[in-house]
Amino acid sequence: MKYITLLFSGIIFGIGLVLSGMTNPLKVQNFLDLFGLWDPSLAFVMGGAIFVALPGFWLVQKQKKPFFSKEFDLPKRKDLDFRLIFGAGVFGIGWGIGGLCPGPALTSLTFFDIGIYIFVISMIMGMLIAKKI
Amino acid sequence: METEFTPITSLAGGALIGLSAVMLMASHGKIAGISGIVSRILPPSIQKESIPFGIIFILGLLLAVPIWNLFFVEIERQAVSDNYFILGIAGLLVGFGSSHGNGCTSGHGVCGLSRGSTRSIIATVTFMFTGFLTVYILRNTLGL
Repeated sequence: MKYITLLFSGIIFGIGLVLSGMTNPLKVQNFLDLFGLWDPSLAFVMGGAIFVALPGFWLVQKQKKPFFSKEFDLPKRKDLDFRLIFGAGVFGIGWGIGGLCPGPALTSLTFFDIGIYIFVISMIMGMLIAKKI
Repeated sequence: METEFTPITSLAGGALIGLSAVMLMASHGKIAGISGIVSRILPPSIQKESIPFGIIFILGLLLAVPIWNLFFVEIERQAVSDNYFILGIAGLLVGFGSSHGNGCTSGHGVCGLSRGSTRSIIATVTFMFTGFLTVYILRNTLGL
């Protein structure tokens, strides 16, 4: 049951990405093209997700513990550091160039497109480099 | 090329992403941050207990398109740049940046904002800004 819930969460997440348009790199780039071919759809994706997750998290965290594990595993850091801002900045540049972020890139693997394979392999290499330094 | 404004499907898709994040939090107590889920199962510091969790969740993502095609109109393979060099650079930056900055659009953008995390708000504003700037430069200066 533990793993079935997990698998379903992944499937729902992926279907959400496809339905919302996040797996369409052109749509992502147009969202970022504020002064050009602006397509505001992606603001609705974030809005829809937060609309559900904000009250959802609030309700869930009133529980003593998650269903299948001993405790909530949440980021505890509150400090702002250079890494956070530098990393997010670099991520945004790559997101703008490719129109893909990690979730949609993985979901798009089953489109069987060589371009996606190259993107995902490079993305994993980038993560390996980040973990080394 | 222009894309169609799709408020309804984007809102519905977003709601599914939010639902998945809540399911993950309620069942496993974890944040649905894709870069973190992938990064944690990569060397050199592999978190052993994160391996089954990460692999099964990613398997779910991989099943999304085939399942979609089974029940709905088959989605066309969506336009990715055909310049493999540029895609490689983009992937490298996305992987490095999201891992270095501890999160991407899902971890910081959806989950972090929903939790009211200051770090995530700063990260989201930052990557949105560099994203805007990148597309602006690519399209208006370099004419790509």
